[in-house]
Amino acid sequence: MTMNIIKKGKGELFTDPDPDRARTFFQKKSKKMVNKAMTLSKAIETFVHDGEYFALGGFGANRTPIAACHEILRQGRKNMGFAGHTASHDFEILCAGEVFDRVDAGYIVGLEARGLSVCARRYMQTGKVKVTEWTNYSLSARLRAAAMGVPFIPTRNLLGTDTFECSAARIIECPYTGKKLALHPALYPDVGIIHVHESDVYGNVRVRGILKSDNDLARASKRVIVTCERLITNEEIRRDPTETTFPYFLVDAVCEVPYGGYPGTMAYEYFSDEEHLQEWLKAEEDSAVFKDFLQRNIYDCKDHHEYINKNGGMEKMLQLRTIEHLLHKEGKR
Amino acid sequence: MTTSYNAMELMICVASRELEDGSTLAVGTGAPCAAAMLAQKLNSPNLAIMFEAGSVSPQLPEMPISVGDSRASHKAVMVSTMGAIMETCQRGYVDYTFLGGAQIDIYGNLNSTYIGGTYQKPKVRFPGSGGANDFGSFCWKMMVLTVQDARRFVEKCEFITTPGWLQGGNSRYEAGLPEGTGPYKVFTNMAVMDFEPESRRMRIISTNPGYSVKDVQDNCGFELLKAPKITETLPPTEIELKILREEVDPHRYVIGR
Repeated sequence: MTMNIIKKGKGELFTDPDPDRARTFFQKKSKKMVNKAMTLSKAIETFVHDGEYFALGGFGANRTPIAACHEILRQGRKNMGFAGHTASHDFEILCAGEVFDRVDAGYIVGLEARGLSVCARRYMQTGKVKVTEWTNYSLSARLRAAAMGVPFIPTRNLLGTDTFECSAARIIECPYTGKKLALHPALYPDVGIIHVHESDVYGNVRVRGILKSDNDLARASKRVIVTCERLITNEEIRRDPTETTFPYFLVDAVCEVPYGGYPGTMAYEYFSDEEHLQEWLKAEEDSAVFKDFLQRNIYDCKDHHEYINKNGGMEKMLQLRTIEHLLHKEGKR
Repeated sequence: MTTSYNAMELMICVASRELEDGSTLAVGTGAPCAAAMLAQKLNSPNLAIMFEAGSVSPQLPEMPISVGDSRASHKAVMVSTMGAIMETCQRGYVDYTFLGGAQIDIYGNLNSTYIGGTYQKPKVRFPGSGGANDFGSFCWKMMVLTVQDARRFVEKCEFITTPGWLQGGNSRYEAGLPEGTGPYKVFTNMAVMDFEPESRRMRIISTNPGYSVKDVQDNCGFELLKAPKITETLPPTEIELKILREEVDPHRYVIGR
């Protein structure tokens, strides 16, 4: 090796960046266009296992697979690795279930303008979770490298900071310009879960609005579970393929879960339920109250529909649709 | 005639004046976003706002709660990816960013990762970088909007999440960060600071109405340099306050804090 490594971050690399081992996995993966529609509980049971590393699509509490997070708690997954990439309400839920014991941290424990999660902080402050520090772009870049099928890509963030020191990045001198660059190792999650607007039963997916890193997450993940607001026909996909965000052969399971991003926002569909997200933050302040809160809202629910029905049902969904489309500004209540 | 205003309103109004028409800005939620909206609605209708979740040049109808929510991409010219936004910054297209943190130090480095304890078992864990390290590395001018408080303004951050001038002097560029980038101004309830061009240490350039240089120094955990001529910050104008209160933040999410 002639490339000059100037510095190594001290953080642990939780996943294997080797592109040939990933290629071998992808070679063996079935690319048949078969019906992959199934229930969410079946998908989580089949494709999400204790000890594995997973990542979620969406940004913060926007187009985030919340229904899948609840199901992961109900099925009691433990000792997992997690990509805390723009994580917010999803992170809060996963901490409540103590689902992971190692995390790549880009953005964790906060809910942006809503404040910080007491539950997530408490869990992260126990010392039980191994953390490697990154930035949001770092995790995007790592997924990009995996999606490209290369072991790393260089970027110009992290340099000079403690964020770098606690990462698993490397700083090298560019062989062309002599400039210092941060190398980001490819991140191939064992499983990626992405909530989308539409999919056909084969897993041809349409996403509207911002994508965050989900195009790369779908390509980088060894297995992909898609939850969708609605199923559409394959004929509709083929009618306008410019609308397709990623193709079927990446996808292992397709679960139709309307309002699957609730209580978060789903662009062009429904806005976040801010009252309920505040209920979460409030309940966390008292462990006994929070235990009952989780029991009622997650563990005692058969599925996401039951959770929604407990929190206002269709009436609430209509309100959130009104807010999303700013119809309240035109006088609709 | 004097118009009354609170500290948050003052900081937002003063900061918003930096964002000239036709410039580009990468920003998060909260007070910085309010400053961007105010600029867009008052003097800089062609201010291009970019949010890390993927939104390009939106026209914000109300304050976003998340930089990935539907408000953040309202009437945008494009919705894209985090990579596309961050790489636009990395390529040198983005003039400004506004950041904050639990701690800011003498060289404008920011800590939003943890305070107390150790990295693996922190006393208080914060969100970490999010997009802050990225914006602070890539955007030409980094600005900070925060409350003047000696616990927040510390000599040295416990953890440098986001690079400022690092250890001062030329250390930022020696570390490999893009030439010409770096902390530009800090806006607090008491003063506006910049960074002295040689040492890169924070210095007072103007005090806000009602505050003296001593007040600012008394609420800072390190010795501030003083610009050769320290001016008085222009207070919020009536039109700034009107737009801020009626159009930018009618529910007082930010200005009510």
